[in-house]
Amino acid sequence: MVDMTYKNGVVTAKLYGEIDHHIAPRIRGDIDAQCEHSRPSRLVLDFGKVGFMDSSGIGLVMGRYRMISLLGGKLEVVNVPPNLQKIFVLSGLEKLGVMK
Amino acid sequence: MKTVNEMKLSFISKSANESFARSAVAAFLLPLDPTVAEIADVKTAVSEAVTNAVVHAYPDTFGTVIIEAKLTDKGHAVIKIRDRGVGIPDIKQAMEPLYTTSTDERAGLGFAVMQSFMDNVKVRSTVGKGTTVTLEKNFIRAAYGQK
Ligand SMILES: Nc1ncnc2c1ncn2[C@@H]1O[C@H](COP(=O)(O)OP(=O)(O)O)[C@@H](O)[C@H]1O
Ligand SMILES: [Mg+2]
Repeated sequence: MVDMTYKNGVVTAKLYGEIDHHIAPRIRGDIDAQCEHSRPSRLVLDFGKVGFMDSSGIGLVMGRYRMISLLGGKLEVVNVPPNLQKIFVLSGLEKLGVMK
Repeated sequence: MKTVNEMKLSFISKSANESFARSAVAAFLLPLDPTVAEIADVKTAVSEAVTNAVVHAYPDTFGTVIIEAKLTDKGHAVIKIRDRGVGIPDIKQAMEPLYTTSTDERAGLGFAVMQSFMDNVKVRSTVGKGTTVTLEKNFIRAAYGQK
């Protein structure tokens, strides 16, 4: 699921385990609640510990991009493991300029 | 091509079963000696097809999802994911990247993922009757290994 930290205007969401349609809504709920509370200038999604992800994870990233943009912040996606590169490339998310 | 193994799995369209379904298919394919990347490809594609049955086929109710899988002596895997749900009125449109009928956070990339992660994807659907998605993949080393 997700562990969240807030520091110096940055919310970091460390995702772990498997991200699918069953799990994604809970991750979304946790991240959005934290961001509405902290109003960060930056939301960092750390995929380092994600072992599996399908297109529900892409929907999750696109949705957080919209959410944080509405709050006036920026999104960053970091530590995408090799096994998830393929789905991130296919999604075209790099065009949003959020992949670090 | 001779079928060397077959399985059939039937479960209710609960989202909790998405993880169970892709793991079961991955376990069934292990005799083909897949690489880690190949297993990830199959798990992702199966997850997409099963999620579609859960989300789109039975929008306001639960129904049955059936997976049938076959392995051949040439290292070929055929995986069918079937529902008896609402069906797809325009399959060509449904398969276009980013097309989604959902207002939820769906990316509209399910079919695009299946097509890029598997060697072949076939969709048969009848409105009001249901949908069958057939996923195929070749595992070359398995064919060599069985000579
Ligand atoms: N099993 C199914 N039963 C009914 N409709 C389906 C099924 N699978 C896919 N669809 C339709 O095809 C569209 C595209 O599917 P997909 O590419 O997986 O994107 P997404 O699931 O993100 O909407 C869905 O929005 C839905 O309208
Ligand atoms: Mg889908």
